[in-house]
Amino acid sequence: MPGAVGDLLVEMDGISKDFPGVHALKECRFDLHRGEVHALVGENGAGKSTLMKILAGVYRRDAGRIRLNGVDVEIPTPRAAQLLGVSIIHQELSLMPNLTAAQNIFIGREPRRRLPFLLDEHALNENARRLFEGLHIKIEPETKVAKLAVAQQQMVEIAKALSHRAEVVIMDEPTAALTETEIDELFRIIRKLRDDGVGVVHISHRLEELKRISDRVTVMRDGQYVATVDTKDATIDQIIRMMVGRTIYEAAPEIPEVVDPNVVLEVQGLSRGRAVRNVSFSLRRGEILGFAGLVGAGRTEVARAVFGADRPDTADIRVHGKAARINSPGDAVRQGIGYLSEDRKRYGLALGMDVEANIVLATLRKFLRSFGRVDVRRTHAAAQQLVERLAIKTPSLRQKVRNLSGGTQQKVVVAKWLTANTEILIFDEPTRGIDVGAKSEIYHLLNELAHQGKAIIMISSELPEILRMSHRIVVMCEGRITGELSGRDATQEQIMTYATMRPPVAKAS
Amino acid sequence: MRIGSIELTPARRTTLMRSDAVQRLLAFAALIVIVVIFSLLSPNFLQFDNVVGILLATAVNGILALGVTFVIISGSIDLSIGTVMTLSSVMTAVFITEWHMPVPVGILAGVATGALAGLVNGTLVAKLKIPSFIATLGMLNVAKGLALVVSGLKPIYFNDTPEFNRAAMGSVVGGVIPGLDIPNLVLVLFGCALVAGLILTTTVLGRFTFAMGSNEEAARLSGVNVDAWKMAVFALAGVFSGIAGVLIGARLNSAQPSLGQGYELDAIAAAVIGGTSLSGGEGSILGTVIGAFIISTLTNGLRILSVPQEWQTVVTGGIVIIAVYLDIVRRRQQQ
Repeated sequence: MPGAVGDLLVEMDGISKDFPGVHALKECRFDLHRGEVHALVGENGAGKSTLMKILAGVYRRDAGRIRLNGVDVEIPTPRAAQLLGVSIIHQELSLMPNLTAAQNIFIGREPRRRLPFLLDEHALNENARRLFEGLHIKIEPETKVAKLAVAQQQMVEIAKALSHRAEVVIMDEPTAALTETEIDELFRIIRKLRDDGVGVVHISHRLEELKRISDRVTVMRDGQYVATVDTKDATIDQIIRMMVGRTIYEAAPEIPEVVDPNVVLEVQGLSRGRAVRNVSFSLRRGEILGFAGLVGAGRTEVARAVFGADRPDTADIRVHGKAARINSPGDAVRQGIGYLSEDRKRYGLALGMDVEANIVLATLRKFLRSFGRVDVRRTHAAAQQLVERLAIKTPSLRQKVRNLSGGTQQKVVVAKWLTANTEILIFDEPTRGIDVGAKSEIYHLLNELAHQGKAIIMISSELPEILRMSHRIVVMCEGRITGELSGRDATQEQIMTYATMRPPVAKAS
Repeated sequence: MRIGSIELTPARRTTLMRSDAVQRLLAFAALIVIVVIFSLLSPNFLQFDNVVGILLATAVNGILALGVTFVIISGSIDLSIGTVMTLSSVMTAVFITEWHMPVPVGILAGVATGALAGLVNGTLVAKLKIPSFIATLGMLNVAKGLALVVSGLKPIYFNDTPEFNRAAMGSVVGGVIPGLDIPNLVLVLFGCALVAGLILTTTVLGRFTFAMGSNEEAARLSGVNVDAWKMAVFALAGVFSGIAGVLIGARLNSAQPSLGQGYELDAIAAAVIGGTSLSGGEGSILGTVIGAFIISTLTNGLRILSVPQEWQTVVTGGIVIIAVYLDIVRRRQQQ
């Protein structure tokens, strides 16, 4: 391996990337030395993964240049990246579960016997065994990957990267699914890679983790490069400030004044596997309760469990003070709970049907005449009324929902729940994929609904949105609620601190 | 589980019906149980002639099932194997009987026809990205139609070449061990199964078959030329259909152009009963052979007990549903 520790391995400069409708990256830069662990941090959507996927050949850059070992390179495909010594370990591991660990590592590069189409299984397993031994990992090469724990599967990916003689190993949130002890083991291996002269890029949300593992930290925000600092010189607070330091949304908060003291929904001790752990909160009439946290913190899982879409391990849910048994979404609807999912297209709307049909779909039973015939006059009237009340911008009730904009579709979903006399509305990322103009309309609608006495849970990964809308803010991290803040005086920094906090409970267990 | 000096989360819970090996074992046990029950119910069941009948019935379906096993493990499906078999047998008949070619050339023509049809399937699926269910459903009808066109709607007999039928139905084994007159056809099945098993477990093609069915994207990202290997898998299934076509022609001493549709379902059933997962990535040749024997034994036994044909079909259908359900239960437990 040419070059010594400290040599520049990767230089990325002026990297830009557009996806339809989004500037994902604007003039980003990044560099990596031989034998260092370089952490890449930023909020959701800051562009960390996109930047690294460009380096790994998953995406192609629109502008900028990449130099590896001082030479300008094109990286058109993942295969090309591998040949250049760049390996990425994706957050969703890309292994073949029915093949063994060894077979996965050497897929496409199997050692052959004298007849070149025959595989040399013995050499294959021996090579894998040697790789694992080099990393001091105890995994049997002949074990099927499906039988390995997530942490072990990650080790297989790392071994695979090394078998490609990777000089650059990119890890996209490698610790997200691991326990404390597993993280220790992973860090041991990362340090070993570093000592062997490999450059490691560590993408992470967890800031306290960076202190333990990284030599330098690069912060990104809104698809742009912010700064690179030596880890030992920076405090976590400084890094957080760099991550959130923007001002674009800082308009006056639209938080309406008083909150009704009536508790509408009370959740105690909600748990579901590792995704939701002992979550408790209450929701009052006319209140907007913000659920903040990073992607994967367990917020959607809480919503789905409350809504009966997933069965919780334990839960005590009370609606209007009465214990509610919610085993299916149908039960939740009868209790007056509505869930507006993040993915409206998949769960919320029948795209091929028109506005009216969608609005009355969930409550068709209310609009029946004898012999199960639909009373078209009444569905029409009900839909018309809601279209006016919510100011749904549609040329007619007969317009197919597919042809409406994202914001308007969102309103149709709201209208659907309002026909069901829903008292509690759970909005999961209500403004995702909606342009800025329509966003403010959605905000207005949420305020209006709260004002009318609906109780609202709003899950959002956008901090300014959470701050602007919520009366109270609950922050989650790794399935637990790590903090509760008042919407009036919460700051982005506070939320970020809670959202990246490993729950103290974890250490006790 | 301990790794190094630290504790890792335990691997997923081991359960009763975990691996495809267990399904294979279950299938084998089921086969034994079926044999025992039928031999108790009917004294004729274990007669030598009847056992030969079962073996003969298994041969054609078994060879078709070998091919489709590869396709299913790779994560696709091939519905055309039955009618491609028919087309192959018709082509063999045309070469031998109508064009008076030597028998080996006719056999080669049949196998080549199957391979070609398989290659077309593979191209449709890998290159044109047509879902395999639809592409091979199309091929099912194309091959069925072509078989009728080429044969002129009538069966073609191998009357000029009695050695063709004799080669298949004669018994090499019987020549060595008098009295044990197992037709050569059956040996072809075991020969094919052996080759298929070796391909699946020891060659590059076999490895990539599992890899594609397990996680196609991961295989692609690892630099496997998924398109080419997918075509190879379909071509291989075509080769087995061709061999089956030659065999059924030899056995019936004729190419029957209207035969063949429905065979694909029995073959798929054999693979599934033997533990091949319809979601891909799992399966074995031994399992498929056992599955093929379960189906033919069941059909044969029910016929001996004078169960009407239509009820035999009902029973095989039920068995397939149970086998697929077991597969799903197994899968759910793995998650």
